[in-house]
Amino acid sequence: MSTPITSFGREAAAAVSRSKNEPAWLVSWREEAGELAAKLELPKPEKMPLVRWTLDQYGAHRPGTPVASAQDLPAAIAQLLPEDKQGALIVQHNSSVVFTRLSAELQAQGVILTSLEEAARTHEALVKPRLMTAYRRDEHKLAAVHGALWNGGVFLYVPKNVDIEFPIQSLSFADDASATFMPHILIVAESNSRLSFVQQAATLLGASEGSTVLHNSAVEVFAGPGAHVRYAAVHHMDAAVVDVAYRRAVLDNDARVEWIIGDLHNGNTLTDTKSILNGNGSVSDSKIISVGTGSQRMSLTTGAVHFGKSSESDMVTRAVMKEEATAIINGITKIEHGATKANGQQTEKVLMLSPKARGDANPILLIDEDDVKAGHAASVGQVNPEQVHYLMSRGINRKEAERLIVHGFLDPVVAEIPLAGLREQLHRILERKLG
Amino acid sequence: MSTEFVIRGLKAEIEGKEILKGIDLKIQGGEIHAIMGPNGTGKSTLASALMGHPKYEVTEGQVSLNGEDVLEMAVDERARAGLFLAMQYPSEITGVTNADFLRSAINARRGEGNEISLIKFVRLMEGKMKTLEMNPEFMHRYLNEGFSGGEKKRNEILQMMMLEPNLVILDEIDSGLDIDALKIVADGVNAMRAEDRGFLIITHYQRLLNYVKPDFVHVMMQGRIVKSGGPELAERLEAEGYEWVKEELGIVDETVGQA
Repeated sequence: MSTPITSFGREAAAAVSRSKNEPAWLVSWREEAGELAAKLELPKPEKMPLVRWTLDQYGAHRPGTPVASAQDLPAAIAQLLPEDKQGALIVQHNSSVVFTRLSAELQAQGVILTSLEEAARTHEALVKPRLMTAYRRDEHKLAAVHGALWNGGVFLYVPKNVDIEFPIQSLSFADDASATFMPHILIVAESNSRLSFVQQAATLLGASEGSTVLHNSAVEVFAGPGAHVRYAAVHHMDAAVVDVAYRRAVLDNDARVEWIIGDLHNGNTLTDTKSILNGNGSVSDSKIISVGTGSQRMSLTTGAVHFGKSSESDMVTRAVMKEEATAIINGITKIEHGATKANGQQTEKVLMLSPKARGDANPILLIDEDDVKAGHAASVGQVNPEQVHYLMSRGINRKEAERLIVHGFLDPVVAEIPLAGLREQLHRILERKLG
Repeated sequence: MSTEFVIRGLKAEIEGKEILKGIDLKIQGGEIHAIMGPNGTGKSTLASALMGHPKYEVTEGQVSLNGEDVLEMAVDERARAGLFLAMQYPSEITGVTNADFLRSAINARRGEGNEISLIKFVRLMEGKMKTLEMNPEFMHRYLNEGFSGGEKKRNEILQMMMLEPNLVILDEIDSGLDIDALKIVADGVNAMRAEDRGFLIITHYQRLLNYVKPDFVHVMMQGRIVKSGGPELAERLEAEGYEWVKEELGIVDETVGQA
């Protein structure tokens, strides 16, 4: 363990909460989390010891400046938002949410989009019974710290039968290395609602070298009966940031959740994206891409837990590893007893572009029911020389052939990003990371 | 410019095993040559070695296209010099669409600053796909991924038509094609016949040659061309098989390099 946490605990958590005038229920809820944070151990992801990671730089409360219109957002933030100036948008700057936009039409249909901090005050009945129930405060130290300190955040509530056509965008952005930067995104999709949510995490830390920022984030999605939720995320922060992202979805009967994730962060990364298929006939589809560069360490886990009968999950992770980067990629399919006719599939593929890069793919199937289908495929390899030859035989030079193949390897996920503007931005991020 | 493709004394090996034992062949623009022969006689090795597949090592001989030394060129240079091989087993490449791939290939030949406009490219590709009776959605499908055998072959012919090479090698383009697809592919090849373009068609069936009339037919056995003739040779092979050739030449085992 690096620096032992001595100063952080029950009192510190409550103090931060009170300083932000949070409601009494949340102050005591955070106190409990603070107490857990002082007691619990760090998580233990497969083959990726976290002891050398700097995970105790919690920062201080540094709220951004709220703005009245999207035009007033700082230029560094505005340029990360795709050109489309329509649709719902919520922006977090450092420790707080600075801008929220939701059309009157959606408001009239009962849709709620606010910071989670605001929702804790104004929509306690919707927030309190769900907050950190899919990702619990007592899972491990990082979860407890997140519970104690999450800030800004997003609360999205979509009532029954409401179908939101245009993706809702969320951007969390930090440019102050001393800020606590721990957004929590809570999405409640009531029965038969439909929505797409597109989230970005970015930083512009400039010359704050040497310091480490902990982006300790979490996402919880509650998809009611028949609800369809598509959640797309792109994380691309500076190398000085440790990205922790725990993502959970809980699915009711016939709900459908899609995860489309670009874990393209430039520093150490710990992500865990899991669907809990409680409902009969529920479906989860996860697609995750990652590119490791430099000496990055990454632990990328996808999970599906089947309780519902005839529930289906498909998980695909594709990672390109360069230079001396290391990625441990885990896929965990768990089918509980009674989840008859469930079908859980997973694929992990790693493309290695350097002899010093490392990529491990660990497919894990845990099946407690006989009447199910489950499958996995994993591969770790280099660029296929037959493919390079084929492209070259049409006049394309080797460098361009390899570029096409590497980008193509990630395209099945990139192509699924539901916003054209963000898709292009993702291509730019990939160009930069893949060189 | 009239095309001249010359192979002289070509020998090649794979993993130290010699497969091509001295091939001599000259193809002029406007000519169609067919190489026939049973399986395992070195036909596909010839195609792969000419294109520069890394698994095959050329140990002796010369190959020139319009006076340029082909064997000195990297694979992509050979293609840009005008060589094209329609492969027996084309690679599948996830994430690279047929259209993106072909546009990169065309632009690689045209060179920087002379790229084809998107609109012109799309029109060209749509037109050629229509000729080959390909579903327009194949334009945006990943390259060969999930294509049936016949669709892959058509896609090879599509690439040939788009890239307009000077010397076309078709390696078993007829295998796996039903008769309708075979006719479409043959029409595509016939439409590409030109004074400045030579063809080398590798096949072990006569049936493609019913639709694409060769000027010269060569029989390959034991890594060599053992017999050459006109179209009538192909017809006789179809009618009587290869046994008579073997008897005539005293060949017992026609294959080469089979462990």
